[in-house]
Amino acid sequence: MDYGHSEPSIPLALKILVAGGFGVGKTTLVGSVSEVRPLHTEEVLTTAGIGTDDVLGIESKRTTTVAMDFGRITINDDLQVYLFGTPGQERFWFVWDELAFGALGAVVLADTRRLADCFPSVDYFERRRIPFVVGVNRFDGARRFTPDAVRQALDLDPNVPVVSCDVRDRQSGKHVLVALVEHVAAKRGHPVPTR
Amino acid sequence: MPTNGSGLPHHDWLDDDAGPVVRPYTVTGGRVRPVTGGFDLLAFVLAAPGATRAPEAAQLQPEHRAILALAREPISVAEIAAGLDLVVGVVRVLLGDLLASGLIALHEPSAMAHLPDDDILQAVVNGLRAL
Repeated sequence: MDYGHSEPSIPLALKILVAGGFGVGKTTLVGSVSEVRPLHTEEVLTTAGIGTDDVLGIESKRTTTVAMDFGRITINDDLQVYLFGTPGQERFWFVWDELAFGALGAVVLADTRRLADCFPSVDYFERRRIPFVVGVNRFDGARRFTPDAVRQALDLDPNVPVVSCDVRDRQSGKHVLVALVEHVAAKRGHPVPTR
Repeated sequence: MPTNGSGLPHHDWLDDDAGPVVRPYTVTGGRVRPVTGGFDLLAFVLAAPGATRAPEAAQLQPEHRAILALAREPISVAEIAAGLDLVVGVVRVLLGDLLASGLIALHEPSAMAHLPDDDILQAVVNGLRAL
């Protein structure tokens, strides 16, 4: 194994989280914008595993598998964006904490038929001051609500973008991600120029 | 013997409720923490040149070797876990072994990844629009 003269360069990898209630379309969004099919990985948790160095002898403890789906967008040779769907079960906060560490921001997907399902996600990112946008996924048969109605129902800060989207559609998914990155830039006081 | 969709032998007496037949941490001998290294999900791993032929590689498990094969090009910890279908915690332990043996280089995310400047944000917006 010989690399020749130059060592491969390590890309800068940015992380965006995709959160929201169960069945709201997190993995669908990751899949529609990712250049690779959504990748799946898991973490196994045991109640005794936290704070111990060994799992031998704790077979009686219950283990739980937390699934994480993620995708990747290559911007150029040196820059990649990873999208991580957060585990739906809100009780796994410490998995969220690991995912949220160093994240650029988050997309919170909302289903207007079950708007309350995204409250915990909104709350999580607000508390940690992680920039986020709300993507209102259009479900067939769901009543359409204006972004302002959703903003009001979620009691969002006026500057948090609310974007209507169809997570199955790549262009629509891209639009949500662009809204997030622009929001991140705007929060820093240097808005990205529009096209 | 009938097989399920994945081509693995199907056993009527082992359904999903029985849990994994091979417990995930069997691969690591029960170790749940790496001997060294933090291994962020987006840390990148690169195999050292000639890693698979190095004397230190003689005692490696197949899973270690599979990681070295994936890491001929820089690859993230998350993608290694997905590629090998191992849980992230197991991959971290295996990576710790490889790092301690000097068989991989580890690149944890830089401060720039956590707080990218405006030029990078602009590049991301442009790149997303061009998709």
